[in-house]
Amino acid sequence: MAELLLEIFSEEIPARMQVRAGNDLSKLITDGLTKAGLTVEDAQVLTGPRRLTFVADLPLASPDVSEERKGPRVGAPEQALAGFMKAAGLSDISEAQIKSDKKGDFYVAITESKGRKTADILAELIPEVMGNFPWPKSMKSGASSFRWVRPLQGIICLLDGDVVEFQVGGVTSGNQTEGHRRQGKGPYKIKNFADYQKTLEGKGHVILSHDTRKASIIEAARKACADKGLELIEDEGLLNEVAGLAEWPVVILGDMDPAFLQLPDEVIRLSMRTHQKYFAVRDPKTSELAPNFIVVANQAAPDGGIEIAKGNAKVLSARLSDAVFFQQEDRKKKLEDYYEKLDTVVFHKKLGSIKDKAERVVALARELAPKVGADPDKAEQAARLAKCDLVTQTVIEFTSLQGQIGRLMFETEGGDKDIAIAIEDHYKPQGPSDAVPTDPVAIAVALADKLDTLVGFWAIDEKPTGSKDPFALRRAALGIVRIILENELRIDINDVIIQALNQVLKNQGETAHCYPEGLTDQEGILVKEFMEACLHGPGAFFANVNGMYDKLGNLIESDKYLIEYYPVEGEDNIYQVVEALLSDLKRVERHSDLLNQLDDLSPDGSVAIGEGENKRNIFPNEGQNFREQILSDLEEFNPMLSKFSADSVNFIADRLKVYLRDKGIRHDLIDAVFALGEDDLVAIVNRVEALQAFLSTEDGENLLAGYKRASNILKSAEFDAGEADEGTQAEESALFKALTAARPKIDKALEKEDYAGAMTAFSALRGPIDDFLDNVMVNSDKAAERQNRLRLLAAIRDTAQTIANFDAIQG
Amino acid sequence: MSKPLDKPRSFQGLILRLQEYWADQGCIILQPFDTEVGAGTLHPATVLRSLGPKPWNVAYVQPSRRPADGRYGENPNRLQHYYQYQVIMKPNPKNFQALYLGSLDAIGIDRDLHDIRFVEDDWENPTVGAWGLGWEVWCDGMEVSQYTYFQQVGGLDLALVSGELTYGLERLAMYVQGVDNVYDLVFTEANEANGTPEVLYGDVFHQNEVQQSTYNFEHANTELILEKFKMAETECQALLALEKPLPLPAYEHALKASHLFNLLDARGVVSPTQRQEYIKRVRDLAKGCAEAHAANEKAVADRAWQ
Repeated sequence: MAELLLEIFSEEIPARMQVRAGNDLSKLITDGLTKAGLTVEDAQVLTGPRRLTFVADLPLASPDVSEERKGPRVGAPEQALAGFMKAAGLSDISEAQIKSDKKGDFYVAITESKGRKTADILAELIPEVMGNFPWPKSMKSGASSFRWVRPLQGIICLLDGDVVEFQVGGVTSGNQTEGHRRQGKGPYKIKNFADYQKTLEGKGHVILSHDTRKASIIEAARKACADKGLELIEDEGLLNEVAGLAEWPVVILGDMDPAFLQLPDEVIRLSMRTHQKYFAVRDPKTSELAPNFIVVANQAAPDGGIEIAKGNAKVLSARLSDAVFFQQEDRKKKLEDYYEKLDTVVFHKKLGSIKDKAERVVALARELAPKVGADPDKAEQAARLAKCDLVTQTVIEFTSLQGQIGRLMFETEGGDKDIAIAIEDHYKPQGPSDAVPTDPVAIAVALADKLDTLVGFWAIDEKPTGSKDPFALRRAALGIVRIILENELRIDINDVIIQALNQVLKNQGETAHCYPEGLTDQEGILVKEFMEACLHGPGAFFANVNGMYDKLGNLIESDKYLIEYYPVEGEDNIYQVVEALLSDLKRVERHSDLLNQLDDLSPDGSVAIGEGENKRNIFPNEGQNFREQILSDLEEFNPMLSKFSADSVNFIADRLKVYLRDKGIRHDLIDAVFALGEDDLVAIVNRVEALQAFLSTEDGENLLAGYKRASNILKSAEFDAGEADEGTQAEESALFKALTAARPKIDKALEKEDYAGAMTAFSALRGPIDDFLDNVMVNSDKAAERQNRLRLLAAIRDTAQTIANFDAIQG
Repeated sequence: MSKPLDKPRSFQGLILRLQEYWADQGCIILQPFDTEVGAGTLHPATVLRSLGPKPWNVAYVQPSRRPADGRYGENPNRLQHYYQYQVIMKPNPKNFQALYLGSLDAIGIDRDLHDIRFVEDDWENPTVGAWGLGWEVWCDGMEVSQYTYFQQVGGLDLALVSGELTYGLERLAMYVQGVDNVYDLVFTEANEANGTPEVLYGDVFHQNEVQQSTYNFEHANTELILEKFKMAETECQALLALEKPLPLPAYEHALKASHLFNLLDARGVVSPTQRQEYIKRVRDLAKGCAEAHAANEKAVADRAWQ
């Protein structure tokens, strides 16, 4: 075996890409070599800010390969021989050998391919791997068309100590590299990996391994803190990043002005972490932040790092001074005073501003509050305040502190504790590993916020497709699922989706673009008022047609329209307004109620409005049309609405399936339970879990098999539905009795949501079903017998269906 | 190993060092562009010259204006008018990173005592349809330069990659001089022999910051500016629509439109939706200029005047 050393040396590789690139390099080279017939042993990869290094043991050449291709029998027809010769690349059949087996002689073509020198294989493979390297982002440099993550500066490729020469991106491989820029630049000629490691880690001042750098940083950082009686606040993500930013990491403890400690910890830690890549430090006695930080420099400075510490402290202090300034500015107003300004931030072009969103969430949170055990007033107030911090300077600067800053401001104002928690927690869960809110007020706001996002984007047809989910709707749906399940909330998911949709549509209605153009401002306000009244119920719609007409009349007069114009203009206008209102209304209302209201219309379908001498029927000519219009609108709208809610419920159901699958629950069982049309996620999960437990028992398994047999028989059978009776055969009668006894038990258990109990009761049928199916001829010659037996099986199936749709279960 | 020079003691000294250093590397030392721009990148010597197949090495100071960053001369770091130092080397030489580090030595930054880092920062300027990969360069945690390898400009792929360096001169000078307030920077040293006094940055620019901030935020006539924006846009479009388009003058009008939009934005009269729309309008102009210029570059012979 011979040692391969490959070093790819470049300008600074982004820290986040290094480790992944090392793994990709190792895999691609190893796969390529293996495919070329070489065995790769002791492969090792090292990554750092400026280099990827791969080492492995390889044979010096690939083995000779001899391939045998079996051909036709000797004496086979001409055509068969020709085909064989062509396939094997022979010019004459005499080039083939003849072998024999029990049946006689046959031709064999043997192709010998000579092994290749490993060096030649490498000289082809490495440029190919580098030319197609899976960097997340790559670039060209100078005049070359070769792409690498940053400009490529050098390549070492040594096999058994000899240079394997090739060219990539204008660089010729060799045996030379560079060390640390300031503390051991070199260049160094390298003989082998041991020499490489010794040279670079010695004179070169480069620690080659990411893990070694990490270990040395964390150890030095802990020690630097401990020496001053402090404690490092560890942060694995940050550690990984700084280990990718230094070839020769040197840990320095810096000081900051203690006055900055008045800032929220979150602000200080975020400034340190994201902007400066410093570790925060705490005082172990008080657990509070200490006025210090840990910076990891890339060199040991001749002054022991005093200047570096000073420079870094200055930068941090400038950042924190900004933060103090922002905080002072922000606190000149109360959190609630930022509400109006939310109107200046676009949430989505078609869904309005953040304020529009907040308004929907306010209304929805209030409606959800009683369902989750929260105080509706608090939920409403929390929802109103939840987004306010988005327009504070602190959050504009430190976006990831959204929610936290709002909570802190509200606490400082002496606000209610539940509301404060809700302001921060309503964003949760932000990912699969983030905790869900548990305080009822926070739950109400968090659910309302996520439902609004989900339903809103759904309504404007911005649904996720494939891997594209720009508005993170999957995350919102999973959040809804987790909040409901982990808090065991008993909510009808269909209902809350309709509620969320109502808010979206109402809010859309208020943007007034669906009303006839040319409304004056005052008319516009009227329309809004009217809309709001209408949304309280269909009754209000008709009640308000009167009020609306009067108000509009007053408005027109006060606006000094020509009084003669009034009847015509007014009527035209109100007709358009009412039509627009109606078209919105029809999108949101429960239609059966509205249909009932139609009976209150005048017989000709016109609507009587106004009082005294103003009293008149509107739409006198369109009267009947109007009525029919409403009916047809409703017919059109009803399926649209059900489809919408079914679609979004399905989307949530898909997230639930993913969530349950991660918990080891079979997805077909979830389907089986979903098919029941249950809208209560907690009940669904309880039922699915009971079902999974049941089906893993012997009773469950056999019962499922019995059910499937029964269901198959029924599929092709035609018979009159009806009640079964005891029938004529002992097993038939036994099954009938067992079912009659079990059914009330099952119903009672289901009523109490005791799914395990229902399944136990159902399992009492296992023996009787098996006996029946084994011994009773369902397709009896006697029509009455046949009918009763089919009815009995149907009764079994229907009973099973109350527990789950067993047809959906893979058995 | 290269050793740093002693530190320049004035703002102009720092600029002179950079000028001399990059002149020594073979760069054309160009003067600032005479239309308001938001960043040195927008100088036609960068945006337009980074297009096309001809080598181009240039360095220049560019006054940059960001009306919304004005603070009436009261903030120690923020200015609505400041200077950037811009270097373009096209194609970027193989040792471009070493040349950059050499420029730090030239302005007296001791790289043994100070920690220089290249931290991933990909650059993008949607207005001119440009992007590239590179770093923020940190000196003891402070960003001292933006370093980019251009990949696209005007939405066009580049045959020759330009290496671009941008130094924020005030910030760099504050670091070199060790002052915390930009107005305290020594702009020019006293000359005892001639009896000329020491001049600070504030002596030169403080009143300008006060007045320009007041104009930008309080008195800029938005109706007039909007009118001017439309005029610049119309002019630019007309020049691009000619049978033989004139991308160079057209680009100047695109820059004017861009600056006028920044003024409107600073006045707070642009709603978020309008904002997107204005940015798109400016981008369309700039992209049009870049495309026309790239086409023209191909058509014009080398040394066509000879």
